[in-house]
Amino acid sequence: MKSHFPHRHLLGIEGLRREDVELLLDTAESFFDVSRRPVKKVPTLRGKTILNVFYENSTRTRTSFELAGKRLSADVVNMSMSTSSVAKGESLYDTVKTLEAMRPDVVVIRHASSGAPHFVARHVSHCVVNAGDGMHEHPTQALLDAFTIRRKKGTLEGLVVTICGDIAHSRVARSNMLLLKLFGAEVRLAAPPTLLPKGVEAYGVRVFDRLEPALEGADVVMALRVQNERLMGGAFFPSAKEYSKTFGLSDRSLRPAKPDAIVMHPGPMNRGIEIEPSVADGKRSVVLDQVEAGVAVRMAVLYLLSADEAEAP
Amino acid sequence: MSSTSQSDRLVLERAEVDRILERLRTEILARVGQVGSLVLVGIRRGGVPLAKALAREIERETGQAPMLGTLDINLYRDDVGLARAVPKVGPSQIPTHLEGKEVVLVDDVLHTGRTVRAAIDALHDYGRPSRIWLAVLCDRGGRELPIAADFVGKTVEVDPSQKLEVEFDDEGPTGARVTWPPGTP
Repeated sequence: MKSHFPHRHLLGIEGLRREDVELLLDTAESFFDVSRRPVKKVPTLRGKTILNVFYENSTRTRTSFELAGKRLSADVVNMSMSTSSVAKGESLYDTVKTLEAMRPDVVVIRHASSGAPHFVARHVSHCVVNAGDGMHEHPTQALLDAFTIRRKKGTLEGLVVTICGDIAHSRVARSNMLLLKLFGAEVRLAAPPTLLPKGVEAYGVRVFDRLEPALEGADVVMALRVQNERLMGGAFFPSAKEYSKTFGLSDRSLRPAKPDAIVMHPGPMNRGIEIEPSVADGKRSVVLDQVEAGVAVRMAVLYLLSADEAEAP
Repeated sequence: MSSTSQSDRLVLERAEVDRILERLRTEILARVGQVGSLVLVGIRRGGVPLAKALAREIERETGQAPMLGTLDINLYRDDVGLARAVPKVGPSQIPTHLEGKEVVLVDDVLHTGRTVRAAIDALHDYGRPSRIWLAVLCDRGGRELPIAADFVGKTVEVDPSQKLEVEFDDEGPTGARVTWPPGTP
């Protein structure tokens, strides 16, 4: 049986159809078991080269992409751009053209500027995967979240998903909103008004400035990280303590959610700020399931993009 | 070419399938050691119902059910990136570590041998079996690799451009049919 993934790059959830996402998630299901076997490797992408080009620090996403590529037998090279020629003043354009000349099959890029992966995709002949661009999108995070929800709840359709925290600066929130709406989930946002982007209702989501009504009957609760590095000096809220009191997930604040609601966090967690340790380590937390799902989902992305190359223009 | 030879041709009937399953069971039991160390592994998708039917036969004869697994070989194909579309990857389920086990790989049709080559590679990622056998319902020739089956239900002469399709119901295989691809004059 053959399937077709009609995209050359994965730049965002925007532009994907529901059936594209379903193919990615179904393919990831098959890859999930590979990482649980004694031999955690299949020969599928033997001879392919994957470059991880990270302009922002990342441990879990970079490691996850690296393991995904290696478990598919691709050659994976990690490039930490803060210690490279970028530090000597090379432009993004020159860097990616230089890397392209080394003939990679896939370049995975994380960049602090929104749209950087799209820029790269326009100028190179290989596949590009967005591993997070500025405050724009983080498609593989949304895919691994969807994979985790689907495994725990059986479906995405009709679920009430509450995303709480710093929506304005969150590429995770944007990609998740886009994906969840594709599947007909009810998406609610809970955040202080200063951390909500203007016009966010256009995504078809409901906005709350308090946690309690947003959590009423929720099946899934996603906490976002308070991004100290982005919020520093912004005076978006009075103090970490104040934030944790009004928007932090605790056993008490989660009471309005359904008893079987799952709690998600993209990591890294600020324990005691957006999530209490008792919740992070509690029965409802699926944080580590998300991490495990990440490798399978990224294997599916790399497989569907680079195995389909014969068909690319 | 006459018009009758261009229509579908039934090459294996139900009654014959039942006799073949009994014979394959007898041959397998004569050559493997113990049912306890035997693992039947069906190659997705046509080999899976055949492996189940063989397991049922073996249980009926010996009172002991052999272990049963399924294998998806798409990640081990030799034409990834060459084919026109990405093969859809399905799940594999191997019930045990294969170290020291006798594995009978089961497929409905043996043709080029490339699927079997991929399956042998895939099996080794689940351990080192003491022996791998190959059982197929139909051998249609046309090998592109040096691979042969140990247990063959029926050898079928098929034109290289024809398709050989095994038919199934809930119980297992019910027959096999040769068809011309659509658009053949």
